[in-house]
Amino acid sequence: MNRRDFLKAGTSVALGAGMLPFLKVLPASAAAADTLVVVIGSTINSLDLHRTGTNRPSYQVSVNCYDRLLTFGTKTMPDGSLSYDYSKLEGELAESWEIAPDGNSVTFKLKDATFWDGSPVTAEDVKWSLDRAVSVGGFPTVQMKAGSLEKPEQFEVVDAKTFKINFLRQSKLTLPDLAVPVPFIINSKVAKANATEKDPWAMEYLHRNPAGSGAYKVERWDPGQQLVYSRNDAWKGGPLPAAKRIIVREIPSQATRRALIERGDVHLSHDIPAKDAKELAALKSVKVVGTPIENCLHVLCPNLIFEPFKNKLVRQAIAYAVPYEEIHKNAAYERGAKMWGGASMEPTDIAWPQPFPYTTDYDKAKELLAQTPYKDGFEVPLSFDLGTASWGEPTALLIQEGLAKIGIKATIDKIPGANWRTVALVEKKLPLLLDNFGGWLNTPDYYFFWAYVKGNLFNASNYDDAEMMQLINETLHMPMDNPDYAPKIKRMIAKAFDDVPRIPLYQPYLDTAMRPGVEGYEFWFHRMPDVRTLTFKTA
Amino acid sequence: MGISILVAMPPKVRLVGRRLLQAVPALAGIVIVTFLLTRALPGDPAVYFAGPAADAASIAEIRKSLGLDQPLPIQFLAYLGDLVTGNLGMSISTGQPVLHEILTRLPASVELTLIALMMSIAIAVPLGVLAATRPDSWIDHLCRFVVTAGVSLPTFFTGLALVYLFYYLLGWAPPPMGRLDILYLPPAHVTGFYTIDSLLAGDIGAFGSALAHIALPALTLALFTLAPIARMTRASMLQVLGSDFIRTARAAGLSKRKVLFAYGFRNALLPVITTLGMVFSFALGANVLVEKVFAWPGIGSYAIEALVVSDYAAVQGFVLAMALLFVALNLTIDIVYTLVDPRLRLED
Repeated sequence: MNRRDFLKAGTSVALGAGMLPFLKVLPASAAAADTLVVVIGSTINSLDLHRTGTNRPSYQVSVNCYDRLLTFGTKTMPDGSLSYDYSKLEGELAESWEIAPDGNSVTFKLKDATFWDGSPVTAEDVKWSLDRAVSVGGFPTVQMKAGSLEKPEQFEVVDAKTFKINFLRQSKLTLPDLAVPVPFIINSKVAKANATEKDPWAMEYLHRNPAGSGAYKVERWDPGQQLVYSRNDAWKGGPLPAAKRIIVREIPSQATRRALIERGDVHLSHDIPAKDAKELAALKSVKVVGTPIENCLHVLCPNLIFEPFKNKLVRQAIAYAVPYEEIHKNAAYERGAKMWGGASMEPTDIAWPQPFPYTTDYDKAKELLAQTPYKDGFEVPLSFDLGTASWGEPTALLIQEGLAKIGIKATIDKIPGANWRTVALVEKKLPLLLDNFGGWLNTPDYYFFWAYVKGNLFNASNYDDAEMMQLINETLHMPMDNPDYAPKIKRMIAKAFDDVPRIPLYQPYLDTAMRPGVEGYEFWFHRMPDVRTLTFKTA
Repeated sequence: MGISILVAMPPKVRLVGRRLLQAVPALAGIVIVTFLLTRALPGDPAVYFAGPAADAASIAEIRKSLGLDQPLPIQFLAYLGDLVTGNLGMSISTGQPVLHEILTRLPASVELTLIALMMSIAIAVPLGVLAATRPDSWIDHLCRFVVTAGVSLPTFFTGLALVYLFYYLLGWAPPPMGRLDILYLPPAHVTGFYTIDSLLAGDIGAFGSALAHIALPALTLALFTLAPIARMTRASMLQVLGSDFIRTARAAGLSKRKVLFAYGFRNALLPVITTLGMVFSFALGANVLVEKVFAWPGIGSYAIEALVVSDYAAVQGFVLAMALLFVALNLTIDIVYTLVDPRLRLED
């Protein structure tokens, strides 16, 4: 008899005084039917995404508890699963929006929405929240900047229900950037009441007490243990969610998470390892949904400040010496889209990511290497982040084997998480490394901006090319229907093929396991569980 | 209990006082070493906490807000100043004050460890005594087997095996999701031990749930701590039983039971108590993996997480709390010693 049967069978008999705390809010007979249980592997460390040190798992609070002006639509993937749709912007708090005829500003009409405390959402609140995002510094400010949202003066309150953004430059990234988790709208009256002179943005207060208008409120947060959402029945941002209460439990051991979903004690296990996904997908009792993460690649980066890798032929030789097939099978457990074996050195379309024109071909690799001063090979440390060991370790071992076949001796260097960021991305001093980067805004130029521009964070290869830089600068804000856009992007991709400062291994999946009765799961670029669309029946 | 002993026996107060004083340089050393060690950790916390897509300016900003732009001696003085006022700082990885984290998480770990130790003593001591009184019998072999198994099985393996058997296959144990079933709220905080607090709150349901949830992790830890206790009991019992005063007692015609328990066991207990102290401390360490497997919100998993991300305040607070705990533990053991050991009745 599992817990839910127990609940159904035993409401009158077995429930003693111990149930009382929850019974006060909800009859236990309804608890099983109304409460959805989700498990995640890492800890939620803040309820405020703008705070310094807020980690990625915490972004889900911004998604589930707050509204933004805009959100993305939904599309159905070829396999029938759901994904957000980058090409379709929809209003969340915005009833409608209109770009000025001169193209230099956008005006939003707000819905008649209310915050949890019953007060109306006004343009003042929107301005205060966006001011906060561009002013607090750190990640939120950098992300806002990606959409050319840089200073409070850009944001204008027209009247209580009308809000205007003046553009610094016309950019195709501005509106989508309003739909990412960062520019969430806060109840500014509540926040201001809890702000102090030293803390004008109420960082201390909002860290523990969200004040939003979103689909769910936070009923309780036990840091390191769980987050309990309860539904906001007055939500205006979208259709009313099915679950009245959602319990998100943190279960660090992935073996335990797997046991829980298999036994049926939880409804959904978010972001599971590829190996589990492959094995669980074979079971009837569990449903696994895997979505290729948009604009995201696992790559091998040769660092161009190191002598052998300055030579393009050496980089190409390495690209031919990677055992792609084995990596896909043994490190990704086939839960990834293939990114090798492309047909030609010239891309035919502007899809990104798309397969690079390399395959495992040791003869060709040797031939290329023979044309360089390194024909007898060399020694190089191959580094990966211990935090991503589940795919990093097998991948590194397989690459080590492949490189050995063309005379390159790679020694494996595992680097712990806190150190990784510093040495790999900030100092960029690792000669050969495994990296993973996915851009939130799904355009090729956005990916190239972060990964192929000198000095930018994810360019761990120190790639520096004048033409590439110019192409990126020209396309980054250019509308995608501009006739110049596609040719420039093709040229960009062709350069990435030829210069290979980053060698794609595969495009990873975001895998999530759920009970067969759970429907409505939708993939999001932020890779956090969006619990608003989930429906379920207790089997 | 400790207080009444101190009041009743003044010479022992002096003994205890001296022990306390001996702990002061140790604590001072710990404060300094922890501070330096955390700074020597690889990795730059400012970079880590700046989050994805941070640029150099925002990293510098964070370094400033963490006080990491100051020279080391200044940082150390600030740290000492905070310590004096009982402020252990803010853990940036969990976003909570370190003191608060420790106060909520330490009881979870201690409760788990204490229950595990009780289970382990309840099995290991009789096993050791029986094995010593019947050398080379089946029970002696059993004891040897348990000891070998206990030391050679890693805790996470035992934990996962128990979860697999009792939860996954048999369905007897509750889901390994922490200290309580999802349906219960934690009882009001009195001791921090859910088994005690739920009883104090008169919440029988939560008590049952807390007990059910602690059973498997405690058993895992008990299996791990069995070995040294059983081995020490057996060895020390064998030694005592072979000594002169036991022979004399037997010759004097005392009953077997009296010889065994009043003379043998009581004397054999001393090294066992010392072992218990050691076992308690390394059980707190072994907790880490058990806490991970059972999603137990204890101090071990917290410390590991903090260490991985170079969360200075959390690591310092953790080490300090542990040091205090060990000093208290050693003190307790000394006191127990004086109670149990007839030779330690010093009149000073």
